[in-house]
Amino acid sequence: MLLEVENLHVFYGRIEAIKGISFTVDEGEIVTLIGANGAGKSTTLKTISGVRPVAQGRIIFEGKDITKMPAHKRTEIGISQAPEGRGIFPGMSVMENLEMGCYVRKDRKSNTRSADLARVFELFPRLAERKTQAGGSMSGGEQQMLAIGRALMARPRVLLLDEPSMGLAPMLIAQIFDIITEINQQGTTVLLVEQNATQALRRADRAYVLETGHVVKSAPADQLLNDPDVQAAYLGGH
Amino acid sequence: MTLSLGGFLTFAGFLSRFWPSTITGLVLGAVYALVALGYTLVYGVLRLINFANSEVFMLSAFGSFLTIEVLNIPQRLASGGDPIKTGWELVGVLALCLLVSVLIGGLSAVLVERIAYRPLRQRNAPRLVFLISAIGASFAISEAVGEWGPQRRKEYALTKFFKKEQLFKIFGADVYNSNVIVVVGAAIMALALVLFVSKSRVGRGIRAVAQDAETAKLMGVNVDRIILITFLVGGLMAGGAAFLYEIHTPFARYDVGFSIGVKAFTAAVLGGIGNVRGALLGGLLLGLIESWGSSLFGSDQNIGNVAAFVTLVLVLMVRPSGLLGESLGRSKA
Repeated sequence: MLLEVENLHVFYGRIEAIKGISFTVDEGEIVTLIGANGAGKSTTLKTISGVRPVAQGRIIFEGKDITKMPAHKRTEIGISQAPEGRGIFPGMSVMENLEMGCYVRKDRKSNTRSADLARVFELFPRLAERKTQAGGSMSGGEQQMLAIGRALMARPRVLLLDEPSMGLAPMLIAQIFDIITEINQQGTTVLLVEQNATQALRRADRAYVLETGHVVKSAPADQLLNDPDVQAAYLGGH
Repeated sequence: MTLSLGGFLTFAGFLSRFWPSTITGLVLGAVYALVALGYTLVYGVLRLINFANSEVFMLSAFGSFLTIEVLNIPQRLASGGDPIKTGWELVGVLALCLLVSVLIGGLSAVLVERIAYRPLRQRNAPRLVFLISAIGASFAISEAVGEWGPQRRKEYALTKFFKKEQLFKIFGADVYNSNVIVVVGAAIMALALVLFVSKSRVGRGIRAVAQDAETAKLMGVNVDRIILITFLVGGLMAGGAAFLYEIHTPFARYDVGFSIGVKAFTAAVLGGIGNVRGALLGGLLLGLIESWGSSLFGSDQNIGNVAAFVTLVLVLMVRPSGLLGESLGRSKA
Protein backbone atom coordinates (compact mmCIF):
# COMPACT_ATOMS: atom_id res chain seq x y z
CA MET A 1 0.00 0.00 0.00
CA LEU A 2 1.23 3.47 -0.86
CA LEU A 3 -1.00 5.37 1.55
CA GLU A 4 -2.99 4.03 4.48
CA VAL A 5 -5.27 6.05 6.70
CA GLU A 6 -6.25 4.23 9.88
CA ASN A 7 -9.08 5.26 12.17
CA LEU A 8 -8.41 8.97 11.62
CA HIS A 9 -10.04 11.55 13.90
CA VAL A 10 -9.64 15.27 13.18
CA PHE A 11 -11.17 18.26 14.92
CA TYR A 12 -12.07 21.48 13.19
CA GLY A 13 -12.12 23.92 16.09
CA ARG A 14 -14.26 22.11 18.65
CA ILE A 15 -16.22 20.14 16.09
CA GLU A 16 -15.08 16.65 15.23
CA ALA A 17 -14.94 16.81 11.42
CA ILE A 18 -13.46 13.35 10.84
CA LYS A 19 -14.79 10.62 13.09
CA GLY A 20 -12.57 7.63 12.59
CA ILE A 21 -12.20 7.01 8.89
CA SER A 22 -9.96 4.38 7.31
CA PHE A 23 -9.01 3.92 3.69
CA THR A 24 -6.12 2.90 1.48
CA VAL A 25 -4.59 4.04 -1.78
CA ASP A 26 -2.51 1.58 -3.75
CA GLU A 27 0.33 2.41 -6.11
CA GLY A 28 -0.96 3.45 -9.55
CA GLU A 29 -4.62 3.84 -8.55
CA ILE A 30 -7.05 6.70 -8.80
CA VAL A 31 -9.01 6.63 -5.57
CA THR A 32 -11.81 9.08 -4.98
CA LEU A 33 -13.55 10.29 -1.85
CA ILE A 34 -17.03 11.53 -2.68
CA GLY A 35 -19.63 13.09 -0.45
CA ALA A 36 -21.67 16.19 0.23
CA ASN A 37 -20.35 19.51 1.43
CA GLY A 38 -19.13 19.18 5.01
CA ALA A 39 -18.62 15.42 4.82
CA GLY A 40 -14.95 15.93 5.72
CA LYS A 41 -13.34 15.35 2.34
CA SER A 42 -11.14 18.45 2.26
CA THR A 43 -10.19 18.08 5.91
CA THR A 44 -9.02 14.55 5.14
CA LEU A 45 -6.72 15.77 2.36
CA LYS A 46 -5.40 18.64 4.48
CA THR A 47 -4.65 16.20 7.27
CA ILE A 48 -2.78 13.87 4.93
CA SER A 49 -0.72 16.87 3.80
CA GLY A 50 -0.06 17.78 7.43
CA VAL A 51 -1.75 21.16 7.68
CA ARG A 52 -4.42 19.85 10.13
CA PRO A 53 -3.42 18.09 13.33
CA VAL A 54 -4.47 14.49 13.90
CA ALA A 55 -6.45 13.92 17.10
CA GLN A 56 -6.34 10.15 16.89
CA GLY A 57 -5.42 7.48 14.36
CA ARG A 58 -2.50 7.04 11.98
CA ILE A 59 -1.39 7.99 8.49
CA ILE A 60 1.06 5.56 6.91
CA PHE A 61 2.93 6.39 3.72
CA GLU A 62 5.07 3.72 2.05
CA GLY A 63 4.96 1.73 5.26
CA LYS A 64 6.20 4.63 7.40
CA ASP A 65 4.10 6.32 10.07
CA ILE A 66 3.94 10.02 9.09
CA THR A 67 1.16 11.04 11.50
CA LYS A 68 3.42 13.51 13.30
CA MET A 69 5.63 14.56 10.39
CA PRO A 70 5.58 18.35 9.73
CA ALA A 71 3.82 19.47 6.53
CA HIS A 72 6.92 20.70 4.70
CA LYS A 73 8.63 17.31 5.08
CA ARG A 74 5.66 15.50 3.55
CA THR A 75 6.15 17.31 0.26
CA GLU A 76 9.74 16.06 0.25
CA ILE A 77 8.74 12.41 0.62
CA GLY A 78 6.28 12.63 -2.26
CA ILE A 79 2.89 13.89 -1.08
CA SER A 80 1.74 16.83 -3.15
CA GLN A 81 -1.59 18.63 -3.25
CA ALA A 82 -3.60 20.90 -5.51
CA PRO A 83 -5.74 22.40 -2.75
CA GLU A 84 -9.38 23.38 -2.57
CA GLY A 85 -9.87 26.78 -4.21
CA ARG A 86 -6.62 26.15 -6.11
CA GLY A 87 -4.35 28.16 -3.79
CA ILE A 88 -2.60 30.01 -6.59
CA PHE A 89 -0.14 32.64 -5.32
CA PRO A 90 -1.87 35.65 -6.86
CA GLY A 91 1.13 37.98 -7.01
CA MET A 92 3.43 35.42 -8.60
CA SER A 93 3.72 34.69 -12.29
CA VAL A 94 2.80 31.30 -13.75
CA MET A 95 6.49 30.40 -13.82
CA GLU A 96 7.02 31.42 -10.21
CA ASN A 97 4.00 29.40 -9.13
CA LEU A 98 5.45 26.37 -10.90
CA GLU A 99 8.82 27.03 -9.24
CA MET A 100 7.05 26.94 -5.87
CA GLY A 101 5.95 23.42 -6.79
CA CYS A 102 9.55 22.20 -6.74
CA TYR A 103 10.58 24.39 -3.80
CA VAL A 104 11.85 21.43 -1.77
CA ARG A 105 13.34 19.36 -4.54
CA LYS A 106 17.06 18.83 -4.20
CA ASP A 107 17.42 18.45 -7.97
CA ARG A 108 15.42 21.55 -8.80
CA LYS A 109 18.25 23.02 -10.87
CA SER A 110 18.91 19.88 -12.90
CA ASN A 111 17.61 18.42 -16.12
CA THR A 112 14.89 16.43 -14.39
CA ARG A 113 13.34 19.71 -13.39
CA SER A 114 13.31 21.01 -16.94
CA ALA A 115 11.90 17.65 -18.04
CA ASP A 116 9.11 18.04 -15.48
CA LEU A 117 8.47 21.57 -16.64
CA ALA A 118 8.24 20.34 -20.23
CA ARG A 119 5.81 17.65 -19.13
CA VAL A 120 3.59 20.19 -17.36
CA PHE A 121 3.58 22.44 -20.43
CA GLU A 122 2.72 19.44 -22.58
CA LEU A 123 -0.22 18.56 -20.36
CA PHE A 124 -1.29 22.21 -20.12
CA PRO A 125 -0.16 24.11 -23.25
CA ARG A 126 -2.14 27.07 -21.95
CA LEU A 127 0.37 27.55 -19.13
CA ALA A 128 3.27 27.66 -21.58
CA GLU A 129 1.56 30.54 -23.36
CA ARG A 130 1.14 32.48 -20.11
CA LYS A 131 4.44 32.01 -18.29
CA THR A 132 4.74 35.63 -17.21
CA GLN A 133 1.10 36.32 -16.37
CA ALA A 134 0.25 36.90 -12.71
CA GLY A 135 -1.51 33.89 -11.19
CA GLY A 136 -4.22 36.10 -9.69
CA SER A 137 -5.30 37.43 -13.08
CA MET A 138 -5.98 34.02 -14.64
CA SER A 139 -9.39 32.44 -15.18
CA GLY A 140 -10.66 29.69 -12.88
CA GLY A 141 -9.86 26.95 -15.37
CA GLU A 142 -6.35 28.22 -15.97
CA GLN A 143 -5.77 28.49 -12.24
CA GLN A 144 -6.85 24.89 -11.80
CA MET A 145 -4.41 23.81 -14.51
CA LEU A 146 -1.69 25.80 -12.77
CA ALA A 147 -2.54 24.24 -9.41
CA ILE A 148 -2.28 20.72 -10.82
CA GLY A 149 0.84 21.55 -12.83
CA ARG A 150 2.46 23.07 -9.76
CA ALA A 151 1.69 19.98 -7.68
CA LEU A 152 3.27 17.82 -10.41
CA MET A 153 6.49 19.86 -10.23
CA ALA A 154 7.16 18.21 -6.87
CA ARG A 155 7.33 14.81 -8.64
CA PRO A 156 4.76 13.38 -6.25
CA ARG A 157 4.37 9.71 -5.40
CA VAL A 158 0.75 10.54 -4.67
CA LEU A 159 -1.12 13.54 -6.04
CA LEU A 160 -3.94 14.85 -3.84
CA LEU A 161 -6.59 16.76 -5.78
CA ASP A 162 -9.22 18.71 -3.87
CA GLU A 163 -12.30 19.46 -6.00
CA PRO A 164 -10.56 20.18 -9.29
CA SER A 165 -13.95 20.69 -10.98
CA MET A 166 -15.18 23.37 -8.58
CA GLY A 167 -16.61 26.43 -10.33
CA LEU A 168 -15.69 25.29 -13.84
CA ALA A 169 -17.85 25.04 -16.97
CA PRO A 170 -18.87 21.47 -17.98
CA MET A 171 -16.60 21.35 -21.02
CA LEU A 172 -13.62 22.44 -18.95
CA ILE A 173 -14.49 19.87 -16.26
CA ALA A 174 -14.31 17.05 -18.81
CA GLN A 175 -10.98 18.41 -20.04
CA ILE A 176 -9.50 18.58 -16.53
CA PHE A 177 -10.63 15.02 -15.79
CA ASP A 178 -9.09 13.82 -19.06
CA ILE A 179 -5.80 15.30 -17.96
CA ILE A 180 -6.09 13.73 -14.49
CA THR A 181 -6.59 10.35 -16.15
CA GLU A 182 -3.57 10.99 -18.36
CA ILE A 183 -1.40 11.95 -15.39
CA ASN A 184 -2.43 8.70 -13.72
CA GLN A 185 -1.65 6.68 -16.82
CA GLN A 186 1.81 8.23 -16.85
CA GLY A 187 2.33 6.60 -13.46
CA THR A 188 1.23 9.03 -10.74
CA THR A 189 -1.10 7.75 -8.04
CA VAL A 190 -4.07 10.05 -7.51
CA LEU A 191 -6.30 10.63 -4.49
CA LEU A 192 -9.22 12.70 -5.70
CA VAL A 193 -11.84 14.50 -3.62
CA GLU A 194 -14.95 15.52 -5.54
CA GLN A 195 -18.51 16.71 -5.26
CA ASN A 196 -18.95 15.99 -8.96
CA ALA A 197 -19.46 12.30 -8.20
CA THR A 198 -20.38 11.25 -11.74
CA GLN A 199 -17.08 12.37 -13.24
CA ALA A 200 -15.06 11.16 -10.26
CA LEU A 201 -16.59 7.66 -10.29
CA ARG A 202 -16.13 7.35 -14.05
CA ARG A 203 -12.42 8.05 -13.77
CA ALA A 204 -11.52 6.34 -10.51
CA ASP A 205 -10.57 2.75 -9.76
CA ARG A 206 -12.05 2.72 -6.29
CA ALA A 207 -14.21 5.08 -4.28
CA TYR A 208 -15.18 5.84 -0.69
CA VAL A 209 -18.39 7.64 0.20
CA LEU A 210 -18.06 10.03 3.13
CA GLU A 211 -20.96 11.25 5.22
CA THR A 212 -20.46 13.62 8.19
CA GLY A 213 -17.01 12.33 8.98
CA HIS A 214 -17.64 8.60 8.44
CA VAL A 215 -16.94 6.28 5.53
CA VAL A 216 -20.38 4.85 4.74
CA LYS A 217 -19.49 2.89 1.60
CA SER A 218 -16.41 1.69 -0.20
CA ALA A 219 -16.30 -0.23 -3.46
CA PRO A 220 -14.84 -0.26 -6.97
CA ALA A 221 -15.89 2.98 -8.66
CA ASP A 222 -17.96 1.42 -11.48
CA GLN A 223 -19.92 -0.55 -8.90
CA LEU A 224 -20.83 2.63 -7.01
CA LEU A 225 -21.81 4.28 -10.28
CA ASN A 226 -24.59 1.70 -10.51
CA ASP A 227 -25.44 1.63 -6.82
CA PRO A 228 -29.07 2.85 -6.37
CA ASP A 229 -28.34 4.60 -3.04
CA VAL A 230 -25.33 6.43 -4.46
CA GLN A 231 -27.28 7.32 -7.59
CA ALA A 232 -30.08 8.77 -5.51
CA ALA A 233 -27.81 10.73 -3.19
CA TYR A 234 -24.91 11.89 -5.37
CA LEU A 235 -25.61 11.30 -9.05
CA GLY A 236 -28.78 13.33 -9.39
CA GLY A 237 -30.98 10.21 -9.34
CA HIS A 238 -30.38 9.06 -12.91
CA MET B 1 -1.91 89.52 8.79
CA THR B 2 1.41 88.98 10.49
CA LEU B 3 0.85 85.26 10.13
CA SER B 4 0.39 85.37 6.37
CA LEU B 5 3.28 87.80 6.01
CA GLY B 6 5.46 85.56 8.14
CA GLY B 7 4.35 82.58 6.07
CA PHE B 8 5.23 84.36 2.87
CA LEU B 9 8.65 85.31 4.12
CA THR B 10 9.46 81.77 5.12
CA PHE B 11 8.20 80.62 1.72
CA ALA B 12 10.81 82.83 0.05
CA GLY B 13 13.31 81.33 2.49
CA PHE B 14 12.03 77.87 1.63
CA LEU B 15 12.84 78.40 -2.04
CA SER B 16 16.35 79.46 -1.22
CA ARG B 17 16.76 76.45 1.07
CA PHE B 18 14.97 74.04 -1.25
CA TRP B 19 17.98 72.05 -2.44
CA PRO B 20 19.75 71.82 0.93
CA SER B 21 16.52 70.63 2.54
CA THR B 22 16.00 68.16 -0.28
CA ILE B 23 19.41 66.63 0.44
CA THR B 24 18.63 66.38 4.16
CA GLY B 25 15.26 64.86 3.24
CA LEU B 26 16.86 62.20 1.08
CA VAL B 27 19.29 61.29 3.85
CA LEU B 28 16.49 60.98 6.42
CA GLY B 29 14.27 59.21 3.89
CA ALA B 30 16.94 56.64 3.11
CA VAL B 31 17.13 55.74 6.81
CA TYR B 32 13.32 55.60 7.17
CA ALA B 33 13.05 53.44 4.07
CA LEU B 34 15.47 50.81 5.40
CA VAL B 35 13.73 50.61 8.77
CA ALA B 36 10.32 50.57 7.06
CA LEU B 37 11.37 47.41 5.19
CA GLY B 38 11.54 45.54 8.49
CA TYR B 39 7.98 46.53 9.44
CA THR B 40 6.62 45.74 6.02
CA LEU B 41 8.29 42.34 5.61
CA VAL B 42 7.18 41.08 9.01
CA TYR B 43 3.69 42.44 8.44
CA GLY B 44 3.64 40.62 5.10
CA VAL B 45 4.30 37.17 6.55
CA LEU B 46 2.65 37.49 9.98
CA ARG B 47 0.12 40.36 9.69
CA LEU B 48 1.87 41.69 12.77
CA ILE B 49 3.40 45.08 13.50
CA ASN B 50 6.72 44.23 15.11
CA PHE B 51 7.00 47.22 17.43
CA ALA B 52 10.35 45.94 18.68
CA ASN B 53 11.87 46.74 15.26
CA SER B 54 12.62 50.23 16.58
CA GLU B 55 14.59 48.72 19.47
CA VAL B 56 16.54 46.58 17.03
CA PHE B 57 17.50 49.90 15.46
CA MET B 58 18.49 51.34 18.83
CA LEU B 59 20.66 48.34 19.77
CA SER B 60 22.43 48.56 16.41
CA ALA B 61 23.01 52.28 16.89
CA PHE B 62 24.84 51.45 20.13
CA GLY B 63 26.71 48.79 18.20
CA SER B 64 28.22 51.50 16.00
CA PHE B 65 29.45 53.33 19.11
CA LEU B 66 30.92 50.15 20.45
CA THR B 67 32.83 49.51 17.24
CA ILE B 68 34.29 53.01 17.22
CA GLU B 69 35.33 52.55 20.87
CA VAL B 70 36.88 49.17 20.22
CA LEU B 71 38.86 50.62 17.32
CA ASN B 72 40.35 53.08 19.84
CA ILE B 73 39.42 56.03 17.68
CA PRO B 74 38.26 58.31 20.55
CA GLN B 75 41.59 57.80 22.35
CA ARG B 76 43.46 58.55 19.16
CA LEU B 77 41.58 61.80 18.72
CA ALA B 78 42.04 62.71 22.39
CA SER B 79 45.79 62.33 22.02
CA GLY B 80 45.80 64.83 19.19
CA GLY B 81 45.31 62.53 16.21
CA ASP B 82 43.33 63.53 13.14
CA PRO B 83 39.95 62.16 12.23
CA ILE B 84 40.07 59.70 9.39
CA LYS B 85 39.99 61.54 6.11
CA THR B 86 39.29 59.72 2.92
CA GLY B 87 40.83 56.62 1.47
CA TRP B 88 40.91 52.97 2.39
CA GLU B 89 41.07 53.50 6.13
CA LEU B 90 37.74 55.32 6.03
CA VAL B 91 36.20 52.66 3.80
CA GLY B 92 37.48 49.97 6.15
CA VAL B 93 36.15 51.62 9.31
CA LEU B 94 32.79 52.34 7.69
CA ALA B 95 32.48 48.78 6.41
CA LEU B 96 33.36 47.33 9.81
CA CYS B 97 30.88 49.57 11.64
CA LEU B 98 28.20 48.72 9.11
CA LEU B 99 28.91 45.02 9.46
CA VAL B 100 28.72 45.10 13.26
CA SER B 101 25.50 47.15 13.18
CA VAL B 102 23.91 44.87 10.63
CA LEU B 103 24.87 41.74 12.59
CA ILE B 104 23.55 43.15 15.87
CA GLY B 105 20.35 44.13 14.07
CA GLY B 106 19.85 40.69 12.54
CA LEU B 107 20.69 38.84 15.73
CA SER B 108 18.46 40.94 17.98
CA ALA B 109 15.54 40.70 15.55
CA VAL B 110 15.88 36.91 15.51
CA LEU B 111 15.97 36.85 19.32
CA VAL B 112 12.82 38.98 19.48
CA GLU B 113 11.08 36.52 17.18
CA ARG B 114 12.21 33.54 19.22
CA ILE B 115 11.34 35.01 22.61
CA ALA B 116 8.37 37.32 22.01
CA TYR B 117 6.49 35.73 19.11
CA ARG B 118 7.30 32.11 18.41
CA PRO B 119 6.03 30.77 21.76
CA LEU B 120 2.73 32.57 21.10
CA ARG B 121 2.49 31.12 17.60
CA GLN B 122 2.97 27.63 18.92
CA ARG B 123 0.05 28.17 21.28
CA ASN B 124 -2.15 29.71 18.55
CA ALA B 125 -2.53 32.89 20.57
CA PRO B 126 -5.06 35.50 19.40
CA ARG B 127 -3.75 38.40 17.34
CA LEU B 128 -4.14 40.95 20.12
CA VAL B 129 -1.74 38.99 22.32
CA PHE B 130 0.98 39.27 19.68
CA LEU B 131 0.48 43.02 19.63
CA ILE B 132 0.83 43.26 23.41
CA SER B 133 3.91 41.08 23.26
CA ALA B 134 5.37 43.36 20.55
CA ILE B 135 4.83 46.46 22.67
CA GLY B 136 6.19 44.66 25.74
CA ALA B 137 9.35 43.58 23.92
CA SER B 138 9.87 47.12 22.69
CA PHE B 139 9.59 48.63 26.18
CA ALA B 140 11.64 45.89 27.80
CA ILE B 141 14.61 46.34 25.46
CA SER B 142 14.51 50.12 25.55
CA GLU B 143 14.19 50.29 29.34
CA ALA B 144 16.89 47.66 29.84
CA VAL B 145 19.34 49.81 27.89
CA GLY B 146 18.12 52.90 29.79
CA GLU B 147 18.74 51.18 33.14
CA TRP B 148 21.85 49.14 32.52
CA GLY B 149 23.29 50.57 29.31
CA PRO B 150 26.72 52.25 29.16
CA GLN B 151 25.35 55.81 29.57
CA ARG B 152 22.05 54.83 31.19
CA ARG B 153 19.49 57.49 30.23
CA LYS B 154 21.95 60.11 29.06
CA GLU B 155 22.61 60.93 25.47
CA TYR B 156 25.65 59.35 23.98
CA ALA B 157 27.63 61.31 21.37
CA LEU B 158 29.41 59.43 18.65
CA THR B 159 33.03 60.44 18.22
CA LYS B 160 33.47 62.33 14.98
CA PHE B 161 35.62 59.61 13.58
CA PHE B 162 35.83 60.98 10.08
CA LYS B 163 36.17 64.42 8.67
CA LYS B 164 33.06 65.90 7.13
CA GLU B 165 34.00 67.23 3.73
CA GLN B 166 32.07 68.93 1.03
CA LEU B 167 32.27 66.78 -2.08
CA PHE B 168 30.28 68.74 -4.67
CA LYS B 169 27.29 71.00 -5.13
CA ILE B 170 23.84 70.27 -6.56
CA PHE B 171 22.00 73.43 -7.65
CA GLY B 172 24.16 75.38 -5.27
CA ALA B 173 23.53 73.10 -2.30
CA ASP B 174 26.51 71.56 -0.54
CA VAL B 175 26.73 67.80 -0.66
CA TYR B 176 28.96 66.28 2.00
CA ASN B 177 30.72 62.94 2.03
CA SER B 178 28.44 61.88 4.90
CA ASN B 179 25.34 62.51 2.76
CA VAL B 180 26.74 60.40 -0.02
CA ILE B 181 27.70 57.55 2.35
CA VAL B 182 24.19 57.41 3.81
CA VAL B 183 22.28 57.57 0.53
CA VAL B 184 24.56 55.21 -1.40
CA GLY B 185 24.79 52.77 1.53
CA ALA B 186 21.01 52.68 1.89
CA ALA B 187 20.50 52.31 -1.86
CA ILE B 188 22.83 49.29 -2.01
CA MET B 189 21.11 47.60 0.93
CA ALA B 190 17.64 48.27 -0.45
CA LEU B 191 18.61 46.96 -3.88
CA ALA B 192 20.08 43.81 -2.34
CA LEU B 193 16.85 43.26 -0.41
CA VAL B 194 14.61 43.81 -3.43
CA LEU B 195 16.67 41.34 -5.46
CA PHE B 196 16.63 38.83 -2.60
CA VAL B 197 12.85 38.99 -2.22
CA SER B 198 12.03 39.00 -5.93
CA LYS B 199 14.64 36.63 -7.36
CA SER B 200 15.94 34.15 -4.79
CA ARG B 201 14.29 30.90 -3.82
CA VAL B 202 13.99 31.90 -0.17
CA GLY B 203 12.61 35.27 -1.26
CA ARG B 204 9.96 33.42 -3.21
CA GLY B 205 9.25 31.42 -0.07
CA ILE B 206 8.74 34.67 1.86
CA ARG B 207 6.30 35.91 -0.77
CA ALA B 208 4.51 32.57 -0.80
CA VAL B 209 3.98 32.67 2.98
CA ALA B 210 2.78 36.28 2.71
CA GLN B 211 0.29 35.47 -0.04
CA ASP B 212 -1.06 32.16 1.25
CA ALA B 213 0.66 30.53 4.20
CA GLU B 214 -1.27 27.27 4.10
CA THR B 215 -0.59 26.65 0.41
CA ALA B 216 3.05 27.56 1.02
CA LYS B 217 3.16 24.70 3.54
CA LEU B 218 1.69 22.36 0.94
CA MET B 219 4.58 23.33 -1.35
CA GLY B 220 7.01 22.22 1.33
CA VAL B 221 7.87 25.65 2.70
CA ASN B 222 8.96 25.52 6.33
CA VAL B 223 6.91 28.48 7.51
CA ASP B 224 8.68 28.84 10.87
CA ARG B 225 12.00 29.07 9.10
CA ILE B 226 10.68 31.64 6.63
CA ILE B 227 9.37 33.74 9.52
CA LEU B 228 12.77 33.60 11.20
CA ILE B 229 14.53 34.61 7.97
CA THR B 230 12.06 37.47 7.53
CA PHE B 231 12.88 38.81 11.00
CA LEU B 232 16.59 38.34 10.27
CA VAL B 233 16.41 40.29 7.01
CA GLY B 234 14.30 43.05 8.60
CA GLY B 235 16.84 43.24 11.44
CA LEU B 236 19.76 43.48 9.02
CA MET B 237 18.05 46.43 7.34
CA ALA B 238 17.29 48.18 10.66
CA GLY B 239 20.90 47.55 11.73
CA GLY B 240 22.33 49.08 8.57
CA ALA B 241 19.93 51.99 8.88
CA ALA B 242 21.07 52.61 12.46
CA PHE B 243 24.69 53.02 11.48
CA LEU B 244 23.82 55.27 8.55
CA TYR B 245 21.61 57.34 10.85
CA GLU B 246 24.51 57.74 13.28
CA ILE B 247 26.64 59.14 10.48
CA HIS B 248 23.99 61.77 9.87
CA THR B 249 23.00 62.39 13.51
CA PRO B 250 25.86 61.24 15.76
CA PHE B 251 23.84 60.87 18.97
CA ALA B 252 22.04 57.95 20.50
CA ARG B 253 19.97 57.35 23.59
CA TYR B 254 18.04 54.36 24.94
CA ASP B 255 14.89 55.78 23.31
CA VAL B 256 16.40 56.75 19.94
CA GLY B 257 14.40 53.97 18.29
CA PHE B 258 11.04 55.41 19.23
CA SER B 259 10.78 58.40 16.89
CA ILE B 260 12.59 56.60 14.05
CA GLY B 261 10.32 53.61 14.55
CA VAL B 262 7.16 55.72 14.40
CA LYS B 263 8.42 57.42 11.23
CA ALA B 264 9.43 54.19 9.56
CA PHE B 265 6.15 52.54 10.44
CA THR B 266 4.36 55.58 9.03
CA ALA B 267 6.47 55.29 5.88
CA ALA B 268 5.48 51.64 5.52
CA VAL B 269 1.77 52.53 5.83
CA LEU B 270 2.18 55.50 3.48
CA GLY B 271 3.65 53.27 0.77
CA GLY B 272 1.28 50.38 1.46
CA ILE B 273 2.13 48.03 4.34
CA GLY B 274 3.39 44.64 3.24
CA ASN B 275 4.70 46.10 0.00
CA VAL B 276 8.51 46.25 -0.31
CA ARG B 277 8.61 48.96 -2.96
CA GLY B 278 5.94 50.83 -1.03
CA ALA B 279 8.17 50.92 2.05
CA LEU B 280 11.04 52.37 0.03
CA LEU B 281 8.88 54.97 -1.65
CA GLY B 282 7.09 55.83 1.60
CA GLY B 283 10.39 56.23 3.43
CA LEU B 284 11.89 58.58 0.88
CA LEU B 285 8.70 60.64 0.61
CA LEU B 286 8.34 60.93 4.35
CA GLY B 287 11.94 62.09 4.73
CA LEU B 288 11.52 64.70 2.01
CA ILE B 289 8.19 65.99 3.32
CA GLU B 290 9.54 66.22 6.84
CA SER B 291 12.59 68.14 5.70
CA TRP B 292 10.67 70.43 3.33
CA GLY B 293 8.05 70.96 6.03
CA SER B 294 10.51 72.15 8.63
CA SER B 295 12.22 74.33 6.05
CA LEU B 296 8.92 75.88 4.92
CA PHE B 297 7.43 76.54 8.34
CA GLY B 298 10.61 77.36 10.22
CA SER B 299 13.45 75.22 11.34
CA ASP B 300 11.62 73.53 14.22
CA GLN B 301 11.81 69.81 13.61
CA ASN B 302 8.38 69.19 15.15
CA ILE B 303 6.83 71.17 12.31
CA GLY B 304 8.42 68.69 9.94
CA ASN B 305 6.76 65.87 11.86
CA VAL B 306 3.42 67.64 11.59
CA ALA B 307 3.86 67.95 7.82
CA ALA B 308 4.76 64.26 7.58
CA PHE B 309 1.73 63.03 9.50
CA VAL B 310 -0.68 65.42 7.78
CA THR B 311 0.51 63.97 4.48
CA LEU B 312 -0.08 60.46 5.79
CA VAL B 313 -3.65 61.31 6.78
CA LEU B 314 -4.35 62.97 3.42
CA VAL B 315 -2.93 60.03 1.46
CA LEU B 316 -4.89 57.49 3.50
CA MET B 317 -8.10 59.46 2.94
CA VAL B 318 -7.67 59.05 -0.81
CA ARG B 319 -5.88 55.70 -0.87
CA PRO B 320 -6.63 53.73 2.31
CA SER B 321 -4.22 50.94 1.36
CA GLY B 322 -1.30 53.30 0.82
CA LEU B 323 0.37 54.62 -2.31
CA LEU B 324 1.36 51.31 -3.89
CA GLY B 325 -1.29 49.13 -2.23
CA GLU B 326 -1.03 46.59 0.55
CA SER B 327 0.73 43.31 0.91
CA LEU B 328 3.83 41.56 -0.16
CA GLY B 329 3.50 40.44 -3.72
CA ARG B 330 -0.25 40.52 -3.62
CA SER B 331 0.04 43.46 -5.92
CA LYS B 332 3.41 43.17 -7.57
CA ALA B 333 6.36 43.68 -5.26
